[in-house]
Amino acid sequence: MNIVNFTPISALLGGLLIGFSVALFFILNGRMIGISGIASNFLVSKDRRVDNFLFLFGLILGPLVYKLISGKEINISISNSVILLIIAGVLVGFGTKLSSGCTSGHGISGISRFSLRSIIATITFMLIGILTVLIKGVL
Amino acid sequence: MNKVVSLVCGIIFGIGLVISEMINPEKVLGFLNIFRDWDPSLAFVMIGALVISTPIFHIFKNKNKPLFSTNFSVPTIKEIDKKLIIGSVFFGAGWGLIGLCPGPAITSIALLNMSSAIFVASMFSGFYIASKVN
Repeated sequence: MNIVNFTPISALLGGLLIGFSVALFFILNGRMIGISGIASNFLVSKDRRVDNFLFLFGLILGPLVYKLISGKEINISISNSVILLIIAGVLVGFGTKLSSGCTSGHGISGISRFSLRSIIATITFMLIGILTVLIKGVL
Repeated sequence: MNKVVSLVCGIIFGIGLVISEMINPEKVLGFLNIFRDWDPSLAFVMIGALVISTPIFHIFKNKNKPLFSTNFSVPTIKEIDKKLIIGSVFFGAGWGLIGLCPGPAITSIALLNMSSAIFVASMFSGFYIASKVN
């Protein structure tokens, strides 16, 4: 194993902002943020649909506000295999809906609450994620 | 007021995903690549988030009510069931294939990237299928 591209400061700083958002949402609106929950409920449920929409809209505004303030461009590198994107997208949507949480809902909000369910879910999706990358690298 | 909070919290969360680079699938795949060239950065995203959200949750959970809502509402299910495990396995596999989870995927729509758009549309299809199966 080699350590590469390590950026602990920006990671920590971004993480603090994410934690701040979760904390603020809980203190003011009384809910713990889980993005798969917010997004899937926006799709299938009328309950709090406007709130859910506004949060998702805020997420999309995030990068635009960042660019405006910092003047920096945002570069990402993502696969362009349509079939892989579709398979992965469906797996992520189906899986997070079935297990009622994703990296935010289980990984941050759930672990903050010391929820055993969320701790087990987080360990599971992390291990399977690592395994998937390992297998993909061998193929 | 809680609508403004939703929007503002979304923006802050989205900026956090940009600064931490969780929005970049390559970065996420580097984090999951622990057996070869490992980029441990994303562990620090989690640590950063948890050091704030954990104490705040435990300080405020026993208060009467949130500022702009009638009551606190947190998940009450405790059961470790098949749905939790199978769902997490599917999610982990999809996450490891492309390097996007729901938050960064939706946030990356702002970048007008075709691959992100295909992923997000597929993810919403996955939500829909799961909601019908349940």
